[in-house]
Amino acid sequence: MTDPAWINAAITAARPQAVGALLRYFRDLDTAEEAFQDACLRALNNWPKNGPPRDPAAWLIMVGRNAALDGVRKRSRQTELPPEEVLSDLDDAETRVADRIDARDYRDDVLRLLFICCHPDLPPTQQIALALRIVSGLSVRQIARAFLVSEAAMEQRITRAKRLVAAGDAEFETPGPAERAERLAAVMAMLYLVFNEGYSAADNPDRAELCAEAIRLTRLLLRLYQTEPEVMGLLALMLVQHARTPARFDAEGEVVLLDDQDRRLWDREMIAEGLALIDKAMRHRRPGAYQVQAAIAALHARAATPAETDWLQIDRLYATLERLTPSPVVTLNRAVAVSKTAGAQAALEMVAPLAERLAGYFHFHGLVGALNLELGRSEAARTAFDKAIALANTPAEAAHIRQHLDRLQSEHARGPV
Amino acid sequence: MLYALLCYNDEDVVWNWDKKQDDEVMARLAVVRERLERTGKMGPSLRLLPTTAATTFRKSDPPLVIDGPFAETKEQLLGFYILDVTHLEEALQIARDLGEANPGGAYEIRPLAVYNPGGGAFTPGAVPAEVS
Repeated sequence: MTDPAWINAAITAARPQAVGALLRYFRDLDTAEEAFQDACLRALNNWPKNGPPRDPAAWLIMVGRNAALDGVRKRSRQTELPPEEVLSDLDDAETRVADRIDARDYRDDVLRLLFICCHPDLPPTQQIALALRIVSGLSVRQIARAFLVSEAAMEQRITRAKRLVAAGDAEFETPGPAERAERLAAVMAMLYLVFNEGYSAADNPDRAELCAEAIRLTRLLLRLYQTEPEVMGLLALMLVQHARTPARFDAEGEVVLLDDQDRRLWDREMIAEGLALIDKAMRHRRPGAYQVQAAIAALHARAATPAETDWLQIDRLYATLERLTPSPVVTLNRAVAVSKTAGAQAALEMVAPLAERLAGYFHFHGLVGALNLELGRSEAARTAFDKAIALANTPAEAAHIRQHLDRLQSEHARGPV
Repeated sequence: MLYALLCYNDEDVVWNWDKKQDDEVMARLAVVRERLERTGKMGPSLRLLPTTAATTFRKSDPPLVIDGPFAETKEQLLGFYILDVTHLEEALQIARDLGEANPGGAYEIRPLAVYNPGGGAFTPGAVPAEVS
């Protein structure tokens, strides 16, 4: 007896390797995908009867390849399609194929698949769509729902991406070391985008699934790059952030800020995995933006209460991040840490030079408002909060600023204290 | 007779379960585990995180610290149970019950030589808070 849930999980797990190997044979994404679909249908029919194969990926590769070749033969009327029973006795052949698919093939096949999805000519939206379709195996409808576009529009986006990828035949050769490093960075960026798409809308279940999918694919990438500290950092960052999901929204679906979250709701298992990964990464002494962000997230995760947060260390890490990836948003985040260690005045001085560049950024005005509020400057706080509310991206963000404004209002009504 | 029941499975499959599926499997395993714990036949049990989070310390000279698991295998050690039974047959029956709750993979049933239950100052989860 084979449980359908187990079969689905086995097929999903085998997918990157199987589609990657089929792509190596056929050098065409559509053919590889169709061959894999065909193999999956046969698996759903065959595995419950004959039990699961010892190596599901090898089974799917072989059956998929035969099915596609049969298709070609059938079209050219050379031979008949073999009867289904032939497929039930695959054990010997399966072992031989499994032997041939050695670790290097596996690595190259999966990498090629990821690299193709992150082709430098594809805009990020198409990279993500292609990766979720080809590597993850999500349906066009699922992807369309997650990105809030129509199914037809998503279908078109994926078709366009495939056409562009198919035009460059060189893609099917394994890239050299320098190009590999570049492409790896593109894959990591794509995975982090997928994660953030899910994270920014974790109250919508269709989109929240993207976080879990990004984590799954990053684990896969880390399996291929076991010693790459930035991949460890990226996975750690995702895990520690995703661990907070159960505490990020209240019963009404409103955002709960980090300081106000019930930390008992954080997923300890994910945090443990994330902390182990960031510790591993740090040993390499090759800091990168993902590692530093993960280390910051880890310091929050390690603090049992907001008061126990090591803000001094967070300030130092943001200083490193400013060096690695200078941006006004990073400085703004650093200012939050500075406000905790050196006070609101020091933080205000730090963000003052950013005013022009971040004039249209919700969080800038939110922070300026909060810092002024802390310093008792009600008027300046009100001005900043008014600007913030006009720039809010979600109702939850607006509601949060509204609370501050209401408090200011009621304090004002009571008169000066 | 003390046995370790070592759980092997393809971690790609197990860590591909969605939250719902994982919770269902854990709930089914908990039924078997709690029944055996009440009879005193099952001691501690634990689940391991993915091998990508592992570090291997090779006791060579000089020692070598390697990212990843000790062995790259098709199926990985994902956790274990400690059993106290009179015969192997009983351990196999437990394996059957657990296997029904969570199909796929294999159990290695291995007799234990030394078993230190720990205790004293050891409180799992207490350390990370202090380290920070």
